[in-house]
Amino acid sequence: MSSKLFVKGNEAVAMAAVEAGCRYYFGYPITPQSDIPEYLSRELPRLGGEFIQAESEVAAINMLLGASAAGVRCMTSSSGPGISLKQEGISYMAGSELPGVIVDIMRQGPGLGGIDASQADYWQATRGGGHGGYRIIVLAPNSVQEMYDLTMLAFDLSDLYRIPAMVLADSVIGQMKESIVANPRPVVDLPVKDWAVRGRQEGEAQRVVKSLKLGDGEMEAFHWKMHARYQELAEQECRWEEVGTADAELVVTAFGSVARIARTAVAMAREAGLRVGLLRPVTLFPFPRQAFLDLSRTCKRFLDIELSTGQMIEDVRLSVARDVEVDFYGRPPGAGSLPTPEELFEQIRKRY
Amino acid sequence: MKQVFARPESLKDVQTHFCPGCHHGAAHRLVAEAMDEFGIRGETIGVASVGCSVFLYGYFDIDVIEAPHGRAPAVATGAKRARPDRIIFTYQGDGDLAAIGTSEIIHAANRGEDITVIFVNNTTYGMTGGQMAPTTMVGQKTSTSPYGRDHSKDGYPIRMAELLAQLEGVGFSARVAVNNPKNIMQAKKVIKTAFRYQTEKKGFSFVEVLAACPTNWGMTSLAANQRVGDEMIPYFPLGVQRNTANL
Repeated sequence: MSSKLFVKGNEAVAMAAVEAGCRYYFGYPITPQSDIPEYLSRELPRLGGEFIQAESEVAAINMLLGASAAGVRCMTSSSGPGISLKQEGISYMAGSELPGVIVDIMRQGPGLGGIDASQADYWQATRGGGHGGYRIIVLAPNSVQEMYDLTMLAFDLSDLYRIPAMVLADSVIGQMKESIVANPRPVVDLPVKDWAVRGRQEGEAQRVVKSLKLGDGEMEAFHWKMHARYQELAEQECRWEEVGTADAELVVTAFGSVARIARTAVAMAREAGLRVGLLRPVTLFPFPRQAFLDLSRTCKRFLDIELSTGQMIEDVRLSVARDVEVDFYGRPPGAGSLPTPEELFEQIRKRY
Repeated sequence: MKQVFARPESLKDVQTHFCPGCHHGAAHRLVAEAMDEFGIRGETIGVASVGCSVFLYGYFDIDVIEAPHGRAPAVATGAKRARPDRIIFTYQGDGDLAAIGTSEIIHAANRGEDITVIFVNNTTYGMTGGQMAPTTMVGQKTSTSPYGRDHSKDGYPIRMAELLAQLEGVGFSARVAVNNPKNIMQAKKVIKTAFRYQTEKKGFSFVEVLAACPTNWGMTSLAANQRVGDEMIPYFPLGVQRNTANL
């Protein structure tokens, strides 16, 4: 049964993980995501699960690797500086085709940066982040409800495709409180984890979880296999939201927290008689390229808005028809530097 | 005729890639014998590290997870927490465990993870070509300490068995060598005790195995065996440093 709750975004992530059947969490405290480990340290032991506060983010992601290899649903969470430390493990998980959910509640960077909202981990998240050439599933919630829904989805997609999945949000979404409907776990037909190590059973083949591939052509074959899987992911799992795009001459695009402000600005533009729409990618990898391509055939211009100096804009430019202009308006991180709806409306009006 | 010696069931009938005179073969065999002894092959998961020991899955007839460099104790922690009914052991070299992986080994030990760690100390990085390790002896020449390890610059060889024995979470910590039959017999006993710690759920167990790397030491097998006895054992004394359950 669904229940209505008034919770923080970070809490919604933790609740969704529990509902999704995740009983194993490994993490290390960092602002602004510490509500997630705090919630799970309270709840998982009561549910027969395990919460481990690791000695470092490096250890946490490798605990995730070990638990995932043993066949259970598991999760870790962090913010920019910690996600950087986790990249080694993420690369190994990708190389070992291991599922697992990683939550990045983005803060300012580079380096220690600060704790205010930023979207500057977009490249790190969508380009793999670690070494060796791989992609992970990246979901970008823009509300507390989506923190809940997309976390649940992240577990299923990760298991279905055997690719680590990241929930990429920022401190605004992580820290804000909203009412949500906490839906029960949807029924999804998931593949049996016949690759997971469990102790070699008599009469069955040995199971090895590894990323070392030294055989002739083995590594090349792996890369092509994963490439095909990424293609399949792009065909099956792209998610996005469109508002007022049918007759739009200008399409605003933004993801996560800033997409909420952009939506208000788009409504202001409509009220002022401007034909403006919003296209919000929900999956950042796979990127909803077809949606951009389709709209670029009917609109004149895109305006990409990000809390950075521009990262997603590269994917937007790669997706749209060549003769369509893509403008950019960015507010890279800085204390209290979120744009106002009026500010974004002004940017829309200027370009219309 | 009575068969008096055979390959342990837990080892595959294959040739290893190890160099002539390398002690990994002996260490592998003792671990496999312990598994056979306790009848736990079907419930054991090995965690391989990088370097010469990464090919664990090629030699042991068990399920294996390969861990990033140094992170085997963290990987083992995750696997053990997920499957507490399984026997989990890591098999790590000195560069892996005593350099890049010091944080992971100390904290897994301190949490008292119910795992067994086999630590092969041959005072050098084997697979990468004989560079200086945290366990390299003072004065020992390696490819990155061509003038010999200088403690004023490079520090001193780390005694991991003693270091870990200080931690409350550790149930068992010991050091053995496999350079002669007597030491091998003793090592067999100690490795079995380490696994017994886990089968009886008595907590974290650790065995440091002093081993030879004739290729990177630039020695014959015989001379390398002698070096273990003459140079390593005086600095890395054999024996049980901690045995909380008196197994």
